[in-house]
Amino acid sequence: MKIRRIWIAALAALVLAAPMLAAAQSKEVFIPLLVYRTGPYAPSGIPIADGFVDYFTLLNERDGGLNGVKLAWEECETQYDNKQGVECYERLKGKSPVLVNPYSTAITYSLIPKAPVDKIVVFSMGYGMSAASDGRWFPWVFNFPTNYWSQASAVIRHIGAQEGGLDKLKGKKIAHIFHNSAYGKEANPTLDELSKKYQFELSLLAVDHPGQEQKATWLQVRRLNPDWIFMSGWGVMNQVAIKEAASVGFKMDHLIGNWWSANDSDVVPAGEGAKGYKGATFHAPGTSFKVHADLLKFVYDKGKGAAKKEDLGAPLYNRGLVNAMLAAEALRTAMTKFGNKPLSGEQVRWGFENLNLTEQRLEQVGMKNFTHPVRVTCEDHEGSGPVLIQQWDGKKWNVVSDWIAPMRDVVRPKIEAAAVEESKKLGYTMRDCAKEK
Amino acid sequence: MITTDRRSRRDSLQGAGQFKTTYGADQAVFPVAQDRVVVAAAVVAAFVVPPPVASDYWLQAVLIPFLVYALAAIGLNLLTGYAGQLSLGTGGFMAVGAYSAFKLATAFPHLNILVVFVLSGLVAAAVGLFFGIPSLRIKGFYLAVATLASQFFLVWLFNKVAWFTNYASSGTITAPDRTLFGVVITGPNSTAAARYLLALGLVAVFAVIAKNLVRGRVGRAWMAIRDRDIAAEIIGVRPLRTKLLAFGISSFYCGVAGAGLVFLYLGSAETLAFDISISFLVLFMVIIGGLGSILGSFLGAAFIVLMPIVLANAPHAIGLRLPVALQKQIELMVFGGLIIFFLIVEPRGLARLWQITKEKLRLWPFPH
Repeated sequence: MKIRRIWIAALAALVLAAPMLAAAQSKEVFIPLLVYRTGPYAPSGIPIADGFVDYFTLLNERDGGLNGVKLAWEECETQYDNKQGVECYERLKGKSPVLVNPYSTAITYSLIPKAPVDKIVVFSMGYGMSAASDGRWFPWVFNFPTNYWSQASAVIRHIGAQEGGLDKLKGKKIAHIFHNSAYGKEANPTLDELSKKYQFELSLLAVDHPGQEQKATWLQVRRLNPDWIFMSGWGVMNQVAIKEAASVGFKMDHLIGNWWSANDSDVVPAGEGAKGYKGATFHAPGTSFKVHADLLKFVYDKGKGAAKKEDLGAPLYNRGLVNAMLAAEALRTAMTKFGNKPLSGEQVRWGFENLNLTEQRLEQVGMKNFTHPVRVTCEDHEGSGPVLIQQWDGKKWNVVSDWIAPMRDVVRPKIEAAAVEESKKLGYTMRDCAKEK
Repeated sequence: MITTDRRSRRDSLQGAGQFKTTYGADQAVFPVAQDRVVVAAAVVAAFVVPPPVASDYWLQAVLIPFLVYALAAIGLNLLTGYAGQLSLGTGGFMAVGAYSAFKLATAFPHLNILVVFVLSGLVAAAVGLFFGIPSLRIKGFYLAVATLASQFFLVWLFNKVAWFTNYASSGTITAPDRTLFGVVITGPNSTAAARYLLALGLVAVFAVIAKNLVRGRVGRAWMAIRDRDIAAEIIGVRPLRTKLLAFGISSFYCGVAGAGLVFLYLGSAETLAFDISISFLVLFMVIIGGLGSILGSFLGAAFIVLMPIVLANAPHAIGLRLPVALQKQIELMVFGGLIIFFLIVEPRGLARLWQITKEKLRLWPFPH
């Protein structure tokens, strides 16, 4: 009911504002999108880019932008390559963007030092440098709703629950198969600490870029015979790993991918073998949400969709939607303070830092039960958001767990220590959050 | 036979060029006066014009990578083009430079950044010497495979041993802020212009050194080995020293370029930035630019670095809005096509094309 009323209000506003639209169009917020639609990472890169673009198209088509300010964006192909990413960033910097989504942990690492200098917010949603979650040291970087370390702890909690309690993890063998890059290694320190705390045996198995060749890794898996495998893969590596796991006869429901390793494109190539494969996520899969209905109505029926209709609802597509929504809501937050006009980088940064995405607000944007509320603060740029486990049943993904809280007592002190360490490299000083308000 | 030939050529050129009366003049770095003027003007212009004129994008995304790769290409050209030792280990040697620069700069924060660059080049040279040893026994493609081993081993090493990254959880190395003459010249707080000038300075100095190396005794020994190693040995060129020297000096250049890649261009990098594709990229630069030519190293680097960027920006410039994936695929196809085109038109590289143009211009407007 409420949504409809907002709808009518929005439409009425649109009609009233119609004469002003011409003027409004020159007022834009520009957001560069570093995407990868080609190369070995394209299977992962395409759905996420489509989701992102579709949500922004929806905002422009349905609401006329954000409070009358149109959203403008431009894609730039990075092929998930650090150098091309930096080139894209520098090229699009000329269009005065206010935030950037690098979509690559390595590119995020390259852009973090530039953020305070260029006054461009780095929004690495659920990836990038975990240590940047400490906003006191990294005012310009945000990685909410949750980060790799929180995810690793939540997955261990899930494994513990499956084994009948975290104390049952003692003596179990858990392997982490990871993409041999900044991204894949990110979870290792937390897993290492947890292995000491819960006394499970941790094996770290690296897979080199691009991940098409994994015979050696899976030979090691057969030798180790781990009880559980956690995987941080990306792009073509995921489907190869899942196929290999199926062919060595590993129990699929004991193989858990992180949230970048559990998309339709990862499991479909393995066919029946992928049945039972699990993955972490921080939003629901599928298309049963209002936002999807709106997308079909306002974007796809007008022929403005970026993806194919049947690809809507894939986990990574939905992740693109969540990413775009979080960015849009942060911009909206900034507008409540600075007015409904194009914003500066400083203002957008304030918006991100003061984002308080409530259950109610999620309902308004058509994402009720789709993802979890987030609250960002000056100290905490992560929100320590909870994680879901989804499972592939051979046809679609189903959520098979409740929201699993990360082990904040383990993760947060690690983040604070790492933030000091990383900041030292960049010559940062800690800001006093008490003075920010 | 040769004397009459030379005389008749000189006769035909009477009044149309510059004559050398001493061997010294004939062996000058730039024997033609116009060349000297143009190169001097180009170097001065490179120092003076871009910093105030070029945008951050041009400096950061076009000129700095061009300079860094040009340095690596000079390094590989010394080894492959002059000494004839095919190497696919460039990425590995660049990684050695980058990681030793990172370790030196973080372990000794007060060490002058130029010293850091030179020392990291020396570390790379030492590693290069070691991996050059097989070249005494094997040649050509077999040597390429042996150097490939160094590429994989070195990258694996930096990935595996956390000490090289100061135990960073992500395995990423980040260039720290360092100053030179009071100006921040590396790290996040340096301006693109400052980093550009440092890169240009390094490249200018090392290019001059390379140019002088190859026209001196060392360069002649390299070319003798390249052209016929047994004959070279008979006339007194010692293969052990000559080949290892080529590996050492080449790796020094690659090492400095690797340090530049992280400190001046990317700002932070992981081992993926030095993978096998870099080795191929630099080898392509050398082949397309011209084997055995310092100028060719620059032309090749310019071609490989600039062409994708030109192709990526071209549709935008003419107002064409293509989907990024299609644009990337077109870019790759056109780029590949251009490489094949240039190699067919002039297998000896862009430097040879430039030389032909110059020779034609020298005789212009009367071909004979």
